[in-house]
Amino acid sequence: MAYSEKVMDHFANPRNVGEIPDASGVGEVGNSKCGDIMRMYIKVEGNVITDCKFKTFGCGAAIATSSMATELIKGKTIDEALKLTNKAVMEALDGLPPVKVHCSVLAEQAIKAALSDYYTRQGIDPTPIVGVITECDHEHGCGCESCG
Amino acid sequence: MQIYADNAATTALSPKVLEAMMPYLTEVYGNPSSLYRTGGIAKDAVEKARENIANLIGAKSASEIYFTSGGSESDNWAIKGVCKILKDKGKNHIITSKFEHHAVLHVCESLAKEGFEVTYLDVYSDGLVKPEDVKAAIKPETALVTIMYANNEIGTVQPIAEIGKICAEAGVLFHTDAVQAMGNVPVNVTDDNIDLMSLTAHKFHGPKGCGALYVRKGVRIANLIEGGAQERNRRAGTENVAGIVGLSKALELAVSTMDERCERLTKMRDRLIEGLLKIDRSRLNGSQEKRLPGNVNMCFEGIEGESLLLRLDLAGVSASSGSACTSGSLDPSHVLLSLGLPHEIAHGSLRLSFSDDNTEEEIDYLLEKIPQIVEYLRSFSPLWDKIANENK
Repeated sequence: MAYSEKVMDHFANPRNVGEIPDASGVGEVGNSKCGDIMRMYIKVEGNVITDCKFKTFGCGAAIATSSMATELIKGKTIDEALKLTNKAVMEALDGLPPVKVHCSVLAEQAIKAALSDYYTRQGIDPTPIVGVITECDHEHGCGCESCG
Repeated sequence: MQIYADNAATTALSPKVLEAMMPYLTEVYGNPSSLYRTGGIAKDAVEKARENIANLIGAKSASEIYFTSGGSESDNWAIKGVCKILKDKGKNHIITSKFEHHAVLHVCESLAKEGFEVTYLDVYSDGLVKPEDVKAAIKPETALVTIMYANNEIGTVQPIAEIGKICAEAGVLFHTDAVQAMGNVPVNVTDDNIDLMSLTAHKFHGPKGCGALYVRKGVRIANLIEGGAQERNRRAGTENVAGIVGLSKALELAVSTMDERCERLTKMRDRLIEGLLKIDRSRLNGSQEKRLPGNVNMCFEGIEGESLLLRLDLAGVSASSGSACTSGSLDPSHVLLSLGLPHEIAHGSLRLSFSDDNTEEEIDYLLEKIPQIVEYLRSFSPLWDKIANENK
């Protein structure tokens, strides 16, 4: 298993690490048993995501996909951010090893979880807009409760 | 600084070993089974190596040593070979431990599909099999007890002599995978009552692709590799002459320098362990005393093993993790789980393993870098936030 240069760059120098104290939305996905937790903070002004930060517990790919996902939505409108897919995150990183694809799914879900929280804080039901957040891609059978 | 701290995975080939091998990689290319002169020279080299290895492990006769392609083949052959013979005598039970190498565990699993019952003994938090558990598990149907000499991840050295004695008294065959122990702790198959033992050259500065299986005289074992009449009809295939010569030389060097090396490595190991235990929420996996001299295996809560390894790699350190992330599977190490560690902690493990080539300056560097990396990764770990909040 080898990571691309872009993955290693985002792992070695992760962008947008940290917290936003007055965030407009915060989302967290994954669990410690699986070995990955991602927490995303977004700041929304008007309809634009003006800032985005993350904190991640996980492998190299988990950190790199978190970093790339924040880069991809920063400065974008909410509508654009909602369209972010795990595929786009992977492509921006020049690919991921097959066993690490779930990290990109987690990054997409973390952004959606933050957007959900943003809508909830506005008093708007997020589900019709954001969809259902799946917290863990359990295909790898990590042994967590959801995997059984 | 570049540090190789993954000697439990493999070691660098010793220049002295390479020198001993060179003639058999160049001018002496004859097949040991051939009658002409160059074949005879190769044959002599193989038999001399056999004799030497027998002496170094305390075997009674050179005819008890069989050359193989390495540890995995030796483990497969020992377990499958013995079980095939004994199954016909109504013996269909194997005793092993939960934290064996996969070359043992997967063989046991495949024998279970053929109708064998397998008992997996606990290894407890210190990473040690209890001899009394072995004794209690033996029953009339037991064909084989297979317990590793030293664990490959956490380096704990098992009470092999005690287990060997129990097996001998019960009349049950005893196999041990001594791949990690060989050259690092004194091993004597006669004193330890070992019937079958696996070893491989590349763990003690020998070449990859060459190992041996010790089979005590009188133990019946079915062939694994069928074909020609090599190894007294027991293991077919033209001998890896240079590899065999290298195995013999490497073991000789490892055994002759063992006392001095173990003393030096144990001091280095303990200094590193004590330094790393100063990191908040860190732990040593397995007993510190009953442990290979060059093995350090630690967990750091709130961080994940692969990101620690990658950061160490960026700092010039080659290490390994119990976290199978590195081997392409996402499950945490079965060895760490067998110690009773929860999944989230087992994900954050680090194995550093040292040899003759490592220095005190390298330990200084590790003691400087590892705490920095752990602190950095924790600085943006949501899991660490939770752990820190719970303790407020």
